[in-house]
Amino acid sequence: MQIDLSVQDVVKTFKAFTAVDRVSFEVETGKFFSILGPSGCGKTTLLRMISGFFEPSSGTISINGKNMAGTPPNKRPVNLIFQNLALFPMMNVGQNIAFGLERQRESKAVIREKTASILERVGLPGFENKKVDQLSGGQRQRVAIARSLVLEPAVLLLDEPLGALDLKLREQMKIELKTLQTEVGTTFVYITHDQSEALVMSDHVAVMNQGRFEQVDTPRNLYINPGTPFVAKFVGENNLWEARLKTSNGDLATIETPEGHEFKAAVPRAMGPGTAVDLFIRPEAIVLEPEPSLTDLNRFDIHVASVLFDGANSRLLAKLPQTGHDIQVSLPQTRQFDHIRPGDTITAGWDPSSAMVFPKETP
Amino acid sequence: MNQGGRWKIRWGLVIFITPVLLWLFLLIVLPQVDMFIMAIRAENDLGDPGFTLSNFTLFFSEPIYWRTFARTALFSILVTALTFVITMPVAFFITKVVSTKFQGFLSLLILMPFWVSELVRVYGWMILLRESGVINHFMVGLGLWDKPVELLYNDATMIMGLVYTSMLFMLVPLISVLESLDNSLIEAAYDLGGNVRTVFTRIIIPHCMPGIVSGSIVVFMLTLGNYLTPNLMGGKNSLWFTEQIYNQFIASFNWNQGSAFGFLLLILSSAIIWAGLKLTGQRLGKVVQ
Repeated sequence: MQIDLSVQDVVKTFKAFTAVDRVSFEVETGKFFSILGPSGCGKTTLLRMISGFFEPSSGTISINGKNMAGTPPNKRPVNLIFQNLALFPMMNVGQNIAFGLERQRESKAVIREKTASILERVGLPGFENKKVDQLSGGQRQRVAIARSLVLEPAVLLLDEPLGALDLKLREQMKIELKTLQTEVGTTFVYITHDQSEALVMSDHVAVMNQGRFEQVDTPRNLYINPGTPFVAKFVGENNLWEARLKTSNGDLATIETPEGHEFKAAVPRAMGPGTAVDLFIRPEAIVLEPEPSLTDLNRFDIHVASVLFDGANSRLLAKLPQTGHDIQVSLPQTRQFDHIRPGDTITAGWDPSSAMVFPKETP
Repeated sequence: MNQGGRWKIRWGLVIFITPVLLWLFLLIVLPQVDMFIMAIRAENDLGDPGFTLSNFTLFFSEPIYWRTFARTALFSILVTALTFVITMPVAFFITKVVSTKFQGFLSLLILMPFWVSELVRVYGWMILLRESGVINHFMVGLGLWDKPVELLYNDATMIMGLVYTSMLFMLVPLISVLESLDNSLIEAAYDLGGNVRTVFTRIIIPHCMPGIVSGSIVVFMLTLGNYLTPNLMGGKNSLWFTEQIYNQFIASFNWNQGSAFGFLLLILSSAIIWAGLKLTGQRLGKVVQ
């Protein structure tokens, strides 16, 4: 597979502050690659280095095998979709899309033809003469993408372009973007703080925190096998216990929680007894009122504080009776748990293999 | 009788609109009407007053008048263009280049000279430029010039003075339109392959057009109607049309002729501003907002 974008050991410092710290990754042609991180993690800085608005303090960025050092943004074969889209309000839709083609000195006939075909591709045929302020949020989005895609960039960079849309439209645009990307086959590098956007659309996701990549993996692996406690906390919901490893037998360990529970949990690597660990369990991995026949489960009592009804995403907000530790449990809407009321004490359980255990981070 | 409500006087409106109407009528319409009546009156050979167009025809038959008139118009356009060329980079620097901390400070620095009256500022220039002035003193003292040179009373100095006087009135609208220009538009244009020239002509100028036009109108009108700066810095050579009007009113005491000239100046400035708006495709209502 051909590598479209290669970033090697890139560092960016602003005075004493290191915004991007030794980041390396490669994106294959035609892939949808996302960089997911909280605001201020350095993902925008990284994107601006790829697009050419910043030069890295050290490290190299290569696009199509060519080192991009010293190449200004207008000479790079990448285009950036801005967070606010940055459509030119002084031009109509056709002129917006033609702007880049005109800079490439294409003939008028070619420009007209390419503009019409890209507008058709993004589902806005015949929109050439519309003014930018006549467009809806989703249409502006598509015009911004068309304006960049028409230049046939090696890599299309997207800086949280869905952030300004309302929820319904965002869900719809996620699917549209993914479909469009598969159709045109352009390599997309997408940055976002919204994990759902990253997980739904991407082939690979890099989770970024404090200037570094914590993990680069497929969305599924990120969710199931987070490599670091940060990824476990940031990708998807998770319940955290700060606990202590009691005994370890191969990849199965006994872990003692502050509540005095002794849980069996799968551990990725051997850890000595007495190690302080972070134990994560996803809300949907916790079974409510498990069958007594399931003997492998770790069982414990929870005290229901409130029921958060949200359709398929409904949850129980519960406390552990011993310490008051908060815990979230998925509440399947199968009518089976309709009797649960705030104030009830019920049994919960989870399978040892669904735990994620990390040695405690030393701050 | 239920129509009574429709005829009820809206006192709020009356209170607010009366001063405006009074101002328009007493200070604009009335004097202009009087000026016009004066302009079409003249005394005949016997000294009897009567209506005539001779005040206007004299303007066209006497080359000094219409040439001064044309010169004033062309120089005003030149001053407006020069003011724009000088202030545009300054405005861009203040709004887009320096950090936000310094923006207010720099704007204040530019505003400060304008706390002093135009007269004093022009005298400041005269102290610098006159034959016995500061610049001559230094140049001769350093041996660069053999003898003092008179730097005042030529067209270049006068234009420089007029540009200096007008700068603020161009700068303020330019700063305000540039501040409303989203930086990401400039970056997007650059990212899509634009260079400095295309970003400037396709993005910045079109965005700034309302500010450029309103600044230009103000600078043009102020320059065209300026009396002080051309008179002091251009001296007798300035040949500014306002001086012709002044001469008619004060020196020749020919108010009828002066009124005719004043009217012609009004028509000239209106015509050029109209042409400018047509040329740039802007509408007055949008520009003055």
